[in-house]
Amino acid sequence: MSAFDSSSVEMRPKMVGQRIKRTEDPRLLAGVGRYVDDISPQGTLHVAIRRSDQPHARIRGIHVGEAFTVPGVVAIFDATDIEGDFKPAVPTSKMKNYYATPIWPLARGKVRYVGEPVVAVVAESRYAAEDALEHISIDYEPLPFAIRQIDAVADDAPLLHEEAGSNVIISREFKRGDVDKAIAEAPVTVKGVFRMTRKTAVAMENRSYLAEWDKRRLALTLHSSTNIPGVIRDVLSSCFDLPGNRMRVVAPDVGGSFGGKGSLYSEEMLVCVLARKLGKPIKYITDRLEDLSSTSQAFDELMDVELAVDRDGKLLGLRADVIGDIGAYSIYPWTGALEPVQVVSFLPGPYRLEHYRGRIRGVLTPKPPTGPYRGVGRPSSTFAMERLIDMAARKIGMDPVEMRRRNLITADEFPYRTASGIIWDKSAFQECLQGACDHVDYPALVRERDKARKEGRWVGIGLSSYAELTGIGSRISVAPGMPINTGTETSSIRIDATGAITAAFGISSHGQGLETTLAQVIADELGCKMEDVEVQHGDSALVPMSTGTFASRSAVLGGGAATLASRVVKTKVLKAAAYLMNQPVEELEAAGGIIRSRASNVSMTFKEVANAVYSQMGSIPHEQREDLVASETYDPYLGTACSSTHLAMVEIDPETYGVTVRRYVVAEDCGRIINPMIVDGQVQGAVAQGIGAALLEEIVYDDQGQFVTASLADYLVPVATNVPQIGIVHIEADLPNNIGGFRGMGEGGTIGAPAAIANAVSDALSPLGIEVDTLPVTPERIFRMIEAARVKSTAD
Amino acid sequence: MNERTEITVSVNGLSYTRRIEPRMLLTDFLRHELGLTGTHVGCEHGVCGACTVLLDGRSARSCLMLAVQTDGADIETVEGQGTVENLGRIQQAFRDHHGLQCGFCTPGFVMTIADMLRHHNLDNDEEIREALSGNICRCTGYEHIVNAVRELAKERGALK
Repeated sequence: MSAFDSSSVEMRPKMVGQRIKRTEDPRLLAGVGRYVDDISPQGTLHVAIRRSDQPHARIRGIHVGEAFTVPGVVAIFDATDIEGDFKPAVPTSKMKNYYATPIWPLARGKVRYVGEPVVAVVAESRYAAEDALEHISIDYEPLPFAIRQIDAVADDAPLLHEEAGSNVIISREFKRGDVDKAIAEAPVTVKGVFRMTRKTAVAMENRSYLAEWDKRRLALTLHSSTNIPGVIRDVLSSCFDLPGNRMRVVAPDVGGSFGGKGSLYSEEMLVCVLARKLGKPIKYITDRLEDLSSTSQAFDELMDVELAVDRDGKLLGLRADVIGDIGAYSIYPWTGALEPVQVVSFLPGPYRLEHYRGRIRGVLTPKPPTGPYRGVGRPSSTFAMERLIDMAARKIGMDPVEMRRRNLITADEFPYRTASGIIWDKSAFQECLQGACDHVDYPALVRERDKARKEGRWVGIGLSSYAELTGIGSRISVAPGMPINTGTETSSIRIDATGAITAAFGISSHGQGLETTLAQVIADELGCKMEDVEVQHGDSALVPMSTGTFASRSAVLGGGAATLASRVVKTKVLKAAAYLMNQPVEELEAAGGIIRSRASNVSMTFKEVANAVYSQMGSIPHEQREDLVASETYDPYLGTACSSTHLAMVEIDPETYGVTVRRYVVAEDCGRIINPMIVDGQVQGAVAQGIGAALLEEIVYDDQGQFVTASLADYLVPVATNVPQIGIVHIEADLPNNIGGFRGMGEGGTIGAPAAIANAVSDALSPLGIEVDTLPVTPERIFRMIEAARVKSTAD
Repeated sequence: MNERTEITVSVNGLSYTRRIEPRMLLTDFLRHELGLTGTHVGCEHGVCGACTVLLDGRSARSCLMLAVQTDGADIETVEGQGTVENLGRIQQAFRDHHGLQCGFCTPGFVMTIADMLRHHNLDNDEEIREALSGNICRCTGYEHIVNAVRELAKERGALK
């Protein structure tokens, strides 16, 4: 026990809310991060994969030719060689009108997109494996296909999965009121067919896998660049009929995901099959071409939408018919419904709107599966809805800010049930709109735009307001009807005999800095020093059930679980300390790793208490002694609404038609902020991605079903010169009713930016009567729109 | 193709001699022959910059070079910039300004900036962004990286 330190416990600054430098940085900066490809067990064999060059074809035969003559080649597998070694993964759902396409490691009988894995070569080096691929020939019988969703939904379209009986494997409708009547009777309507073209995540680390078979324990360990190791463990456990204590999935340092690493992949199954079959460590690292052509892709809905308003700008009704191009397979665990269903469920946005009907059809096409991508559904729905709002405002001659102000849900209306059934609860919808406008001095910005316009420049201002559900608990599935639980998170905290604190979670940080932010929460709640806490994550063996990090859940659910477990451990620490210090427990408080008594001037460190509890026999009576550990699970049950308004000013170069983003501001309500530095980084990064989606990024398949944007020289992502400085306004409204008051905020930027930029470009080109309906709005698209407008104005 | 060639290179001040296939990429040589896995492979076609190293003092894409081309050369990688316990100045600036999230592109940025600080004025944000525009970061949106470089350039002062 040490003497009393005069500094007051209460004066210690809280860790939550501070710009704490990240714990994970030193290893990543020093080049000693540990990503999957950095792990090389002795005897590792390497896989190269021959992928389909056909969009839809029957496999008539596979000929290995001289492949085995290549030095170092160990084995070659196609689907028939591994049949029976596992069960396929099936992305089931309770959803009606849905057909689940099974997932196999290698194509069986047919290929269904260019890039689908067909043959795996195993060799002593990747060089040798790739050499051997050159010798393999596959005899295909090309089959008819419909590459565009508009053709694939037709009744007579060639079927991709005959067993499904149709290419449409999902259909769903959300409905409230009488939208047909509302539209028919409305004084003003606007409509369009909007489309966010296909995107891909482009995490800087390509997908990477390493499987090891432990011959002693008959156990599989998969190291995967996944952000859902728990989900992958559970499904592989079933595929390989291995109990969870012999099937482990570890996500070490992971180089970004943005959703692209958030589903089960054929290659994860493949390396596990091969590791068990060959009894060797099996590594497979995708190259960038493979990553671009086989990682789950994003968006790609045709959104036929119509909005009715009155002359005062009040929203009267909204109808939507959406065809989602889900690609060749339904993805595990989210299913192909994830993206298109969220488009129609979020389409009414943060607005008061009575009459709505949103229909979707999810259609199979011979392209890589679509899956989660930062923002899921909401980037597309916000793009369509915010475009309609601006078009309507223009039509009735109202300022777009005023139009939004009149329709955004107000504080006294919470909880508000949207026309599609989502419940928005207290979040700063109106305040974010105002905050963004104040930040840029909106009236002055409008004058600046008008002045530029008089000079003949193409300058425009665009807004987008949206809300999202984050930190979703067990009441609703992250994806409709899927068979896994995403609504809980477990934190297992222990203080060991040396006084060190280890906190294990089911989350899986891949850039979010959760090793830092969760330690901040624990330091405050437990009263320990932050640097004494090690946060463990990304390993299915850490807690009984875990999923991972996705859907803006980890701060809310992980932070909640950390709080609950910290409180239990703290109670145990204080009980032990009370006995050791001979003080009443209610007089004790813990902060900064020191326990002090208000009633006397004695204190103990956590380390001293731990040493007494664990290592000094008899220091605490045996019937009172308990380990300083706790495992608690948090379920916020409902989700929390995170709201935001983005505002952009753009200028279009009249010679190149290139768009420059001149000003950008984000006003957002993410609840209580754990680490403002990390929150800013998330906003900036997500906005940059949204700018990419708005101006640059587009996955293209040509009419032959071939993948055209197969390199980073063809699929353009933003570089430093494409992204402006981003103004950020944090608005902390009433805190949500979850532990800690946190809201999820990692995805928002990608939701708001495409719509804001589309509106700004449309505003800039409004003198020509141009309304943007397709993103990215590339120079070529702008050129075509301007040409069409000129032809039209000449004809008029 | 499989005839091996002997090369000797200096990497972060240490000399290595290896017999390698002439076709071996410099990235694979650094990562798998020398175990210096701090240099990352992001695209293998010279666009993303994750594999950037310094070759005789100037930045180079190690994914676009064969290891045999570097025989006799002086190579610097991110591991030479500092350690977990003693971060180098560029690395520290990245940490101070939260210039990294997932960390995968970071070694390439650190090495690019090492070159830029030695050879470019970096007088304003426009120049800094131009200097960084050959490297892709998908997480940060670049602003915090620009802040880090601005501080480093200011600290360095004008180039002589």
